Amino acid sequence: MRTAFLSRLVELAEQDERIHLLTGDLGFSVLEPFRDRFPDRYINVGVAEQNMIGVAAGLALTGKKVFTYSIVNFAVTRPLEQIRVDVCYHNLDVTVVAVGGGVPYGTQGYTHHGSEDVAFTRVLPNMAVMVPCDSHEAAWATTRLYQRQGPSYLRLGRGGEPTIHGAPQPDVSGPGWFEFGGTGRVAVLANGPILGECLKAAATLATHGIGVRVVSVPAVSPLPAEPLLSLARACDRLVVVEEHSRIGGLGSAVAEIVSEHPGLPPVKRLGLDSAKIKIIGDQRFLWQANGIDAAGITTAVLSWVAAAPT
Amino acid sequence: MSVENFPSAAIAGLAREAKLEALHMVHRTRASHIGSCFSAADILACLYGHVLRIRPEEPDWPGRDRFILSKGHAAAILYAILALKGFFPRAWLQDYCGNAQPLGGHATATGVPGVEVSTGSLGHGLSIGLGMAIGLRGTDGDHPKVYVMLSDGECDEGSIWEAALLAGARRVDNLVAIVDYNKIQSFGRVADIMDLEPFGAKWAAFGWHVIEVDGHDHAAVCTALGEAGSVGKPSVLIAHTVKGKGVSYMEDQLLWHYRSPTADELRQAIQEVSS
Repeated sequence: MRTAFLSRLVELAEQDERIHLLTGDLGFSVLEPFRDRFPDRYINVGVAEQNMIGVAAGLALTGKKVFTYSIVNFAVTRPLEQIRVDVCYHNLDVTVVAVGGGVPYGTQGYTHHGSEDVAFTRVLPNMAVMVPCDSHEAAWATTRLYQRQGPSYLRLGRGGEPTIHGAPQPDVSGPGWFEFGGTGRVAVLANGPILGECLKAAATLATHGIGVRVVSVPAVSPLPAEPLLSLARACDRLVVVEEHSRIGGLGSAVAEIVSEHPGLPPVKRLGLDSAKIKIIGDQRFLWQANGIDAAGITTAVLSWVAAAPT
Repeated sequence: MSVENFPSAAIAGLAREAKLEALHMVHRTRASHIGSCFSAADILACLYGHVLRIRPEEPDWPGRDRFILSKGHAAAILYAILALKGFFPRAWLQDYCGNAQPLGGHATATGVPGVEVSTGSLGHGLSIGLGMAIGLRGTDGDHPKVYVMLSDGECDEGSIWEAALLAGARRVDNLVAIVDYNKIQSFGRVADIMDLEPFGAKWAAFGWHVIEVDGHDHAAVCTALGEAGSVGKPSVLIAHTVKGKGVSYMEDQLLWHYRSPTADELRQAIQEVSS
């Protein structure tokens, strides 16, 4: 995903000399193609993320389109006030790009877990939030946010994630809603690489006679409300799975919209449990520990269906 | 810009008129920060009366110099100066801090010609100014300069020193910081709370060209600002100032970070500022 983002950014930067890239001294073996191709539009600001966002805002105020790059908590949480005031309040064309969304750096401990970033960014005014599931969606989201011209947050994985979409997503005017087919009265919505687990769970649930529709929703904000409401009207249950705290992310965003429309089905939110932040482990281990791997999702849906049959 | 033709009477008049406007603004709204406005007033008058290349009738002129009031709590004096320079109608000052009016209590850019950046949270302006300065360096020829006014207490913020490091390392010479060093921060004297000294040496160590100046001496400030901004590295004016300058009962008093003058105090202040 990191490489797909960077490749697309280089393509865009070939066409648009306003594009600048700032990094907080991260991006080894990722950012070099941009650095080497556009040295005058690349700044390594050092390990100083508050300043990075302020500088990005200043550049944007002189007409540049700025991308900033770091690991989730250093990209978002450390300079959150600069993002809120300098970028969002002024409605500037700055895209905050973060790697390590979720727990791909799980063995490195909670300092490196990207577990609340979607909540932090989603609440900010003027902010678009994108969480792609694979390299194709990452390239799609990069172009989408480039075209949008405003404050944006692009949450990427660590790199090396499996490709989920069969092909690039060419329609960059779309809302950020990708249906993976399936029939039935249960819908699973997800974003990020955890989507792959949802597809595996859907296959298992089919063998139990439960039909599941799987949707990738990279656009957490603005959330595509129309396709969500259409899907909700056609289903009995909505399950949201994300590699993020159960609080404040995609699950909350879906629940907010669904709760405002009478007669729609209940929403079950699966995600990272804040009671488990001290668990160290690799990504798959932490998915399992939080019940968001394929087995955990399958179990959750089966239990829900058994406890409250429709 | 040379000091020979510096318009001393116009600058003095601008400072005086702006201070009178600011007095009425904070009195009317019971607002704080008049002391912070008065320590900065002379420097702002020098900037807007002589130093900045600006076109009040064309506030978004791309070739303009930029000014950021990073100590956004001194907004009243900035608004007053901008109105007096013709950026927007002087009548707007009557609605300072008014409901649904443009002039907020901290420097507000939205809908206010001449205010480049909304500020109020300390420690943001120098980074933004640095980004602007870098963005403007590509401009052909005599590229615009970016001036950022900081408070002394604001220099407690780590982000100031992040920006100072990067600006020095990259020798961004069209960036000029001005520290309104009135020696009083929010809860007491700078020397007691978070001593900044040796202050000039800190900036110099970060790669900045340091100029120390009496922030109320218009000729000295104009001379220093004329020297800054094109010396091969970023410049900082450490402007030694007096909080509440020009009003005897406000001068060097922490109280006037917070108080707004009563009717009697207003009359006395007007008299002292006018004389």
